[in-house]
Amino acid sequence: MEWIMAVAVGVLFMIGVYLILSKSLLRIILGTSLLTHGVHLLLLTMAGLKRGAAPVLGSGGDAYADPLPQALILTSIVISFGVTALYFVLAYRAYQTRGTDEIDAADEVSGKEEES
Amino acid sequence: MNNLLVLPVLLPMAIAVLLMFFRTKTQLQRVIGLLGGIANVGIASIIVLRVREHGIQTLQLGGWAPPYGIVFVADMFAALLVLAASITGLAVLIYSFSTIGQKREEHYYYTFFHFLLVGVYGSFLTGDIFNLFVFFEVMLISSYALITLGGSKKQMREAPKYLLINILSSTLFVAAVAYLYAAVGTLNMAHLSQRIAEAGQGGVLNVIAVLFLIVFSLKAGLFLFFWLPGSYAAPPFAVRALFGALLTKVGLYAIVRTFTLIFPYDSSLTHTWIAGMAAATMILGGIGAAAYRDIPRILNYNVLIGVGFVAFGLSTGTRDGMEGVVFYMLHDILSKGLMFVLGGMLIAAAGTDRLDGMGGLIRRRPGLGWMFFILALALTGIPPLSGFAGKVLIVRGGLEDGMLTLSLVALASSLLTLYSIIKIFREAFWGVEPQTEPEAEMSKARPGLANVSAVVLLLFVIGLGVGANGVYGPVSQAGETLADPSLYIEAVLKE
Repeated sequence: MEWIMAVAVGVLFMIGVYLILSKSLLRIILGTSLLTHGVHLLLLTMAGLKRGAAPVLGSGGDAYADPLPQALILTSIVISFGVTALYFVLAYRAYQTRGTDEIDAADEVSGKEEES
Repeated sequence: MNNLLVLPVLLPMAIAVLLMFFRTKTQLQRVIGLLGGIANVGIASIIVLRVREHGIQTLQLGGWAPPYGIVFVADMFAALLVLAASITGLAVLIYSFSTIGQKREEHYYYTFFHFLLVGVYGSFLTGDIFNLFVFFEVMLISSYALITLGGSKKQMREAPKYLLINILSSTLFVAAVAYLYAAVGTLNMAHLSQRIAEAGQGGVLNVIAVLFLIVFSLKAGLFLFFWLPGSYAAPPFAVRALFGALLTKVGLYAIVRTFTLIFPYDSSLTHTWIAGMAAATMILGGIGAAAYRDIPRILNYNVLIGVGFVAFGLSTGTRDGMEGVVFYMLHDILSKGLMFVLGGMLIAAAGTDRLDGMGGLIRRRPGLGWMFFILALALTGIPPLSGFAGKVLIVRGGLEDGMLTLSLVALASSLLTLYSIIKIFREAFWGVEPQTEPEAEMSKARPGLANVSAVVLLLFVIGLGVGANGVYGPVSQAGETLADPSLYIEAVLKE
């Protein structure tokens, strides 16, 4: 089972990195969100995929699943959800202000800059 | 158990939440923020005194004994950094009053400011590596907001890049934590150290160590700093002071903590990497600072030189080097805060950020000029100012360890620091004032409060240097813990 997950993680990382290497901000954001999905799967897989009971006292069964990776993933999902939302809003605002969706538009870099 | 340890995190968080309710009452926001900042300096001082008297303090959150629960640990290193950060935070807050502008104040500037401090203090105090990630995120998300706030075109160009770099490094951070958990099955830093010592650091653990090094280097601007000079030039100077003084130092703290506590057992590999990165950072930072002719870039490259210096101290691995790291980081937090405050005041006074458009300011702003001069000496490490003791200890550690080339590089980078800051001093304060009078935007600013902030920081920079003998006691205590991880492990896992 682990090897399927490993392949899935690899594919997610691959697509994520490919998207991040593009110029369009929208694709980059999608890339980062795929990358974080990959990391969450990695976290789940690295801690071992076990089929055990819920780790609650008295719920029966000899094998317990390790709750810690799940707690970590939950925390990380919440953070990446918030950051992705913020990134989308920022990208939209940047698009409105700059008139382009490219992360490093060539016509701007050499242009003169106004002070904040 | 010491409940005091949670206060540096709890207090700014409470203030940040409270300030959300007073969006338009900026005067009230300032007063609350100021009182909170002063209280935090007090709390941090008490923690330092406690650690000085009773050794390392720990707090088991929720009463869960380590390694199962999250634990807060204040050794002397963390306590001193919290103190220095709270002093600088307070000074930058005062500087913000006069420079940040009504519009930003009404758009939750102070809320984000205090949330950023929550992340900084939390990162210093936590003893759990995943919790470190969480506090990193608290800090970074606030910094995302602060770098964007205002929405100028320049900010909109730099902010997406800044976010991307930090999201990438955070992703790698979680991946590194996943590998580490798979390899040793714990997340408590003391417990990690114990288990890695038992298992022997080699093979996969070294790979994980280098992954952590990459993650933290991205945040600290150690060698992987390509994003820093651009991003730090976008927000207003008060925010830059906060970033330059605190954000990179938190990344640096994470490197120091990781490689003195968790992965110190194979130093021939990891510390060689760190030494190489430190050398490259100092050289490139020095060249950047010497080459550019606009103040924001010169200041940003100076941040990098400081980062390289601390990493060099860490790579020596000697007791002297560790004490130097502690001393130099304290100096760096205070002096980089001061550097950006003075830089901001200078640009406000001159009306431009290019050296070519400045000159003769010593006549109009003599106080600012002399403060800048003292800062240049402090950054270079002229005794009796604050940079001296740290640099002496670090270079002595380097020579003890036989790293002659690196020690020379470090000293040469100090010269480049001196050159770059004196260049600003010479061209901005001496010479003839250019014909165009850039007066307009100074009229509404209140330099009085900015002066207060600069003077406060300057007094601490001088005090840290002149009182180096008195400060050396706590610094030595911090260095002892860094040089010998078993002290930290015992304090956390004793029960």
